[in-house]
Amino acid sequence: MALEMTGEYDLPQKREVVWKALNDPAVLEKCIPGCETLEKLSDTEFQATVKLKIGPVSARFKGKVALENIDAPNGYTIVGEGEGGVAGFAKGQASVALADASDGCKLTYTAEAATGGKIAQLGQRLIAGSAKKTADQFFENFVEALQDYK
Amino acid sequence: MSATGIGAAVRRKEDQRFITGTANYTSDISRPGEVRAWFVRSPHAHATIKKIDTKAAEKMPGVVAVLTGADLANDKIGGLICGWAITSKDGSPMKMGAHPAIAADKVRCVGDQVAVVLAETLNQARDAAEKVKVDYAVLPSVVDPAKATAKGAPQIHDVAPNNQIYDWHIGDKNATDAAFASAKHVTKLEIVNNRLVPNAIEPRAAIAEYDQGNDALTLWNTSQNPHVARLVISAFIGMAPEHKLRVIAPDVGGGFGSKIFIYPEEVVALWAARRVKRPVKWVSDRSEAFLTDAHGRDHVTHAELALDADGKITGLRVRTIANLGAYMSTFSSSVPTYLYATLLSGQYAIPNIYAEVEAVYTNTAPVDAYRGAGRPEATFVVERLVEVAARELGIDPAELRRKNFVKSFPHQTPVIMAYDAGDYDASLTKAMEMVDYRNFGKRKAESERKGKLRGIGFSTYIEACGIAPSQAVGSLGAGVGLWESAEVRVNPTGSVEILTGSHSHGQGHETTFAQLVSERLGVPIETVSVVHGDTDKVQFGMGTYGSRSGAVGMSAISKALDKIEDKAKKVAGYMMEASADDIEFKDGKFTVKGTDKSVGWGDVTLNAYVAHKFTGGQLEPGLKEGAFYDPTNFTFPAGCHIAEVEIDPETGKTTIANWVAVDDFGVIINPMIVEGQVHGGIAQGVGQALLEGASYNADGQLITGSFMDYAMPRAGDLPSFKVDTTMTKCPSNPLGIKGCGEAGAIASPAALINAITNAVGHENVPMPATPGTVWKAAQRAVMKKAAE
Repeated sequence: MALEMTGEYDLPQKREVVWKALNDPAVLEKCIPGCETLEKLSDTEFQATVKLKIGPVSARFKGKVALENIDAPNGYTIVGEGEGGVAGFAKGQASVALADASDGCKLTYTAEAATGGKIAQLGQRLIAGSAKKTADQFFENFVEALQDYK
Repeated sequence: MSATGIGAAVRRKEDQRFITGTANYTSDISRPGEVRAWFVRSPHAHATIKKIDTKAAEKMPGVVAVLTGADLANDKIGGLICGWAITSKDGSPMKMGAHPAIAADKVRCVGDQVAVVLAETLNQARDAAEKVKVDYAVLPSVVDPAKATAKGAPQIHDVAPNNQIYDWHIGDKNATDAAFASAKHVTKLEIVNNRLVPNAIEPRAAIAEYDQGNDALTLWNTSQNPHVARLVISAFIGMAPEHKLRVIAPDVGGGFGSKIFIYPEEVVALWAARRVKRPVKWVSDRSEAFLTDAHGRDHVTHAELALDADGKITGLRVRTIANLGAYMSTFSSSVPTYLYATLLSGQYAIPNIYAEVEAVYTNTAPVDAYRGAGRPEATFVVERLVEVAARELGIDPAELRRKNFVKSFPHQTPVIMAYDAGDYDASLTKAMEMVDYRNFGKRKAESERKGKLRGIGFSTYIEACGIAPSQAVGSLGAGVGLWESAEVRVNPTGSVEILTGSHSHGQGHETTFAQLVSERLGVPIETVSVVHGDTDKVQFGMGTYGSRSGAVGMSAISKALDKIEDKAKKVAGYMMEASADDIEFKDGKFTVKGTDKSVGWGDVTLNAYVAHKFTGGQLEPGLKEGAFYDPTNFTFPAGCHIAEVEIDPETGKTTIANWVAVDDFGVIINPMIVEGQVHGGIAQGVGQALLEGASYNADGQLITGSFMDYAMPRAGDLPSFKVDTTMTKCPSNPLGIKGCGEAGAIASPAALINAITNAVGHENVPMPATPGTVWKAAQRAVMKKAAE
């Protein structure tokens, strides 16, 4: 895949709570930047609509998100692929790992992303920045959502 | 010479309308009741199409129709073809995969068209295109030509196992191997000739109209050769009989080769116009142009030069992999073969040459002719090898060249071409004087004092153009002849219309062709109009590419003017009651030899049409003649470009300090236009060498798909060029013209890379030599210097 990212976050909740939140569609819908809808299809599959802007290309991506390699409460791989009409497509996956820490839980992730069509043609030099920003935004939102999560 | 005749630097007649916005380009044309077309294109480089659902799109506002590859196949519209047959070493024909105008089962590159939406407005068509649901099964893709034939590489066309289109060769392998075995010195280079996007200022466009009453079609398009387009669309694609298809290429804003080819969109526009019985207009946007205009170059080459103890070249051996992209474009097969390997002798007497060329499919846009087409790639190979050999041997690069120049003509090379005339010493000597080669060392020292690196590089190029003798190209696999046609219509009032098979898309034909008429008939250029680009007006012609309009197109006009002159003399003879043999024609005046009896041009033209002085039985009324001209050889423009650069080792920025071009174009019709062609050609070559490079990522996505990521040369990147000429007449055409359209783009990349590698002191500087690339190389030079 075209782009790889890694990151690490200290979260203010216990591992079991974080794990629950990571599997809660309501939390994910709130945290995924630009997420307009997230419907649960099964325990491990969601249908999502996400509005993304990369450089000059703005598009609404529709696609499926699936959870794989589930190892409760230690982590999973979240895999997504979306079609953005004439804007092209975006796909990506992130492996998330949780570990106990003194005042909560440490989350690390490694992610890969690829784009195609117009979004790749026009937004290439902006994709790395946009993807990293999107990931950071997600986890900022996630930290916030965890504050009163039970 | 008349004031506006051959050799006069008159201003271009056509520029008035081009620079005042009053030209008539295809996208300026609208037809009553037209619908706009927008293509749904693949975002994937390689995928099978499982299903296309057009229902939602069809219900969108303003939509007239949504058509797919299945509809095209149902209507039995044929696919696009490549018109030059290449035979592999083993005798097998090239492997041409099917190229439907809309993909039906499989897409093979990003941008491949999978459906077309027709709607009342462009925005309605674009909106509806978003609703076309295409279900793809994505396949692995390959974009690197060097990896396309590897075991396990994705298979792009079933007819071409291992993605190999042909494995062709030319020259004598055994003799060349023997020359290398006994060589005193061998220079070896690995060369990537970078892939380029043509980027004509006017994107491609097409409007198709169906005349139901006459069951006839008209296509306005951005073509360099409307008759060839009509022939292919008629005879091979089966759209309509030739006489029921009119192709009009009005003002065209630059082509550089990319508008020679027949493209899917114009085929679809014609077919769709007949289906919906309304005119269909399609205009490419810049993003589509990046994805779908045929790209240029893209060679990977291993090259070797053998020399003896005296510095004489004894052999040249080349192996090239040429990327032809996902489909074979109209003339793609000829570019890396007969337009490339036949020029590998350069300006040199090389006794043994052997070249192997493997053409491959990849999941990228088709690759075809782009300004120079094959000859820039050949020149780059030869001129880099010679320069590097001189450096390795410690011989002045100019002297090594001089030692090996072809000095007597005609000269038969080992790779088909027979050079007919030239003086390579003369252009090299003049260029060295103009660049003040003797004092280069002083300038280099001065640069060093400022902490800069200075380098100088030569390119003594040759090209074969004036394309081309029909019999010769036919024997090499061309599906067409490459003659040209002309008709000269003289009106009763004496004004003249030239109907030419050549097509002007920036070259200035309306001026230069008029200058030829002015020279021959003594009339001012204002009274001459040039008609081109309309198959209903102009007789069959072959169009403009390969620097052929002067050497071939104007020679046809010249032949027709010979006939006009003969006929006009007969008319003048009847007017003055003298034999036509006794009539002299000079400066627009017909005189009875040895007398003061004369009549003017206007009198004769009027008399030709009123026909009062002769009966129809004696002489046909009228003054209109046509001619077809087939050249007897290619023409061989040649010359010397010298680039001098100054590099900032801290930033890697290359500044072109000096550029000299001395070209031998044979007889020149308009020196101002020729100089403009040289300037433009160098700018494109500098673009290739320093800035431009089409790049696909491993998934087959074009990541240089806009002007944000694909760097075009700008005025600030270029110096003020010093341009001059030397002249040997071309012996193979009546005007002595060689052609000048491509020379700058052919010569310049090698000169510039030779200068940069000279400055940084080592040879591995790939194109485009961006600041990052040059910085790395320059730092080596700085460190080496520090170590000393």
